Amino acid sequence: MSTWERSAITIATLLPLVGAGVIALVPRDRDRLVRGLGIVFTGAAMVVALALAAGFDYGAGGGLQFELNTRWIPAIGARYHVGIDGISLPLWVLTFVLSFLCAVYTWRYVPSPGKTKAFLALTLLLETGMAGTFIAFDLVLFFIFWELVLVPMYFLIGIWGSANREYAAIKFFLYTLFGSVFMLLGFLAMYFRSTPHTFDILQLQAYGAGGGFTRTFQLIVFGAVALGFAVKVPMWPFHTWLPDAHTEAPTIGSVLLAGIMLKMGTYGFVRIALPILPEGAKAYAPWIGGLAAIAIVYAALACLAQKDLKRLIAFSSVGHMGFVMLGIATLTDVGINAAIFGMVAHGIITGMLFFCVGSVYDRYHTRMIAELGGGLMQKLPYLGGVFTFVAIASLGLPGLAGFWGEVMALLSAYRPAEVLADQLPLFRAFMVAGGIGTILTAGYFLWMIQRVNMGTVPERWRESPFPDVVAVEWVSWVPLLVSIVALGVFPRLLIGITDGPVGALMGLFGG
Amino acid sequence: MTQAIDFHAILPELILSGTIVLVLLVDAFVERRSWVAMPLGLLGVVAALVAALSLVGADRATFDGAFRVDDFAVLFTVFSLAVAVLVLAISLRYFRDVGRYQSEYYFLLLTSFLGCVMMPSARDLLVLFIALELVSAPGFLMAALRKSSLRSNEAGLKFFLIGVLSTAVMLYGMSLMYGVTGTTNLQEIGVALGRDLPAGKETLALAAILFITVGFGFKVSAVPFQFWAPDTYEGSPVPVAAFLATASKAAGFTGLLQLMFVAFAAEYAFWTPIFAVLSILTMTIGNFVALQQSQAVRLLAYSSIAQAGYMLLPFALVTADVGLNRDVFAAATNYLLIYAVMTLGAFAVVTAVARESRTLAISDFAGLARRAPLMAVAMTVFMVSLAGIPPMGGFWAKFLVFRAAIDRGGIGVLLAVAMVLNSVVSIWYYLAIPRAMIFQEPERERPFAAPALVTGVTFLAMVAVLAIGVYPELVTHFPPLSTLVGR
Repeated sequence: MSTWERSAITIATLLPLVGAGVIALVPRDRDRLVRGLGIVFTGAAMVVALALAAGFDYGAGGGLQFELNTRWIPAIGARYHVGIDGISLPLWVLTFVLSFLCAVYTWRYVPSPGKTKAFLALTLLLETGMAGTFIAFDLVLFFIFWELVLVPMYFLIGIWGSANREYAAIKFFLYTLFGSVFMLLGFLAMYFRSTPHTFDILQLQAYGAGGGFTRTFQLIVFGAVALGFAVKVPMWPFHTWLPDAHTEAPTIGSVLLAGIMLKMGTYGFVRIALPILPEGAKAYAPWIGGLAAIAIVYAALACLAQKDLKRLIAFSSVGHMGFVMLGIATLTDVGINAAIFGMVAHGIITGMLFFCVGSVYDRYHTRMIAELGGGLMQKLPYLGGVFTFVAIASLGLPGLAGFWGEVMALLSAYRPAEVLADQLPLFRAFMVAGGIGTILTAGYFLWMIQRVNMGTVPERWRESPFPDVVAVEWVSWVPLLVSIVALGVFPRLLIGITDGPVGALMGLFGG
Repeated sequence: MTQAIDFHAILPELILSGTIVLVLLVDAFVERRSWVAMPLGLLGVVAALVAALSLVGADRATFDGAFRVDDFAVLFTVFSLAVAVLVLAISLRYFRDVGRYQSEYYFLLLTSFLGCVMMPSARDLLVLFIALELVSAPGFLMAALRKSSLRSNEAGLKFFLIGVLSTAVMLYGMSLMYGVTGTTNLQEIGVALGRDLPAGKETLALAAILFITVGFGFKVSAVPFQFWAPDTYEGSPVPVAAFLATASKAAGFTGLLQLMFVAFAAEYAFWTPIFAVLSILTMTIGNFVALQQSQAVRLLAYSSIAQAGYMLLPFALVTADVGLNRDVFAAATNYLLIYAVMTLGAFAVVTAVARESRTLAISDFAGLARRAPLMAVAMTVFMVSLAGIPPMGGFWAKFLVFRAAIDRGGIGVLLAVAMVLNSVVSIWYYLAIPRAMIFQEPERERPFAAPALVTGVTFLAMVAVLAIGVYPELVTHFPPLSTLVGR
């Protein structure tokens, strides 16, 4: 294996961290330089990531590529084991792309109260944490990256957020920490129950698949681990931190939160909880499916009641993640593929929606639907058009990216894995609930479009000289808009990558 | 039995004692510039440090085995001396600003540190007692050093009264233990307790263990012996509080480790439940009271109580399994080392802030991020680390305890759950100071002037916390740290 193959992942993942350090050393008044460095470092990391993606062997199916497994903390039994497969790749690349686009967006928009230096340094730190989570194949390493996102996100919300920021920031912190400490205990339990003791995810998978863990053990540990993931996703009823965090966070904080951070939770289910603890997964699957179905319907109803545009989109995230979790709960190939597709699609679409809302707020200085009063398409045709397009993508119109994740998740719920055969009626009920959810979703998005984008411009905004979409916005949005269409038309682009490893993973459940 | 004294083994203590005498003389002869006591003391401490480092890898005993130099002793001797260097560094400007009693302070501080340095080598109840008193007695005076301050007087008095009371109880316990086993040597006590004691004596031995634990419980500020800590920390000069929270507490824990793992190991079934209760009470009460603090030093005091709870937890995990006990022991010692680094760093920042704010309310930290970014970043690192969030060093301290607890199973799992819940609660108050520093605007815009030495200590501690966070082998590799276990 060449040096490039061994170190590419590490380079890309740690480049933002280096960038954060460099930015911290630049004098405070060199504002342009700081923004430039933000773009350079996220850009460089993205280039490395894309180069890696280009060199990725897509025909290989399961198995890690670009793997590096080396000594780290022998006293504890933790190793620096990183690698990438078809499940990680899309999410990992998405992390770099979205972060880069956020850095580009920051070239023009630094939220109040400024402090560009700290803003970009924290964003870069966040990027390393998120990217690292998707490549870690050692539970301790995974946990470190997982927790690395907490502090930067706390400060991003707490310093650059809107009115109620401090409350939202600490709520986010406490919730996710609460979940993750139990996850850590679960990891330790897995370590001590496996022979030989190991934190290595692949070895634990092999051990778990071989029936190494007893059923009682799996039930307890799956609960502990799933709690950590479920808070992050967030699954209903652990979702209440999300609307607050999203609503208060600055635009790119919301974009990264929705676009990537939530996926860490669902990724954790697919990568760790399901394959290592199959018996636990089987026992919990109906509950997860049930909570997912509740989340879908509940979020849609909540969206109908929202007055704040950003809060509406935050709640829509809960619903979309519900579809992802429903797919996972079926324990089938189709379901997991749907989940990964849903994660990526939601990352692109909802990230894009938050960009749009951020730009709307930048012009109107309000996010209240009633105060916006409609007529966005008239007043700002491009921004209105983009917003409408993305909203429609989000409601799951066939031909756009949002469609496949939802429809495949519903399909998989029709026929869950063989191990869940006795729960068939239940899953069919979840499917029906999900179907109702899609209708409600279409309902609230269309209603939102009607209230915000359609209609005539109210009196109060008529004279305001708002600029339409500016160059920086186009640069940071076009890649996302193109991907929405591309993934909608050619879902194979993504499913082709994930299908192999998912199949290898899901053989456990006879699905 | 007479034997030659091994002077090399006690060289660090000898050097330190000589330094203490010199420092005392300084006041008599160079009264005007009594701050020179600090560089002088520093020189002595560094010399002692070199002497201690020359003992690395040694295994020597002297004074009939009452004083032993092994890996454990050397580690904590070096640790105490390193802490002494840092505490001296943050003291200089603080006491020059105050102006009075400088050389007295350095004399008292170094005397306390002499106790800290002796403690890990003390393998005899009497030496242990002397070491402990050597740590405490100057502490009473140091706490009351700000003579004109009512609070400082209260601090000293409270510390003294509770300290003396618990010392008396402990001494009584030690005498009982001597009565039961006929020896004061820890190793021999261990052997004696390992044999079957006659029925009546067994109870007496257990009572003795309980009394001795009380004495050390005071020293490490475990609930219900913690009342003195917040008042004393708050009233004392800040560097003294830093000393009490780190070196003094570490001395208590090293003594406790020796007692429990060497002398009383055989009776673990008796004392592990006591430690389980102590640990849970200490962490929970420390954390929940900390939530309501609005003064920085009090907050750190309650934090240090809560942290003591985490450090007591490993004691509750001891079983007959030597392999597990090693992990437990390593978890406790690692926690102690990492805890001291982050707490010292936090106190260094507080020392810097104390120059412009006497009250040290948390609101006095407002806007520090703008005025002194390095201090603010460092303080945030220390606080997040104390809360145990990766990638800070404090995470590994907690991780090792969790690890041992989960490995222990049974009661260990319950204790681990109690500890993780406490960790989650603690993040609320640990973020209080960063919140003030970063989210709030400064009340006045004038630049923040931190003394160079304090800045240096802060920076050093921050780098250490981050380095341990990324590469914990820095501390976990110490030769399994468990030379005391399973002898």
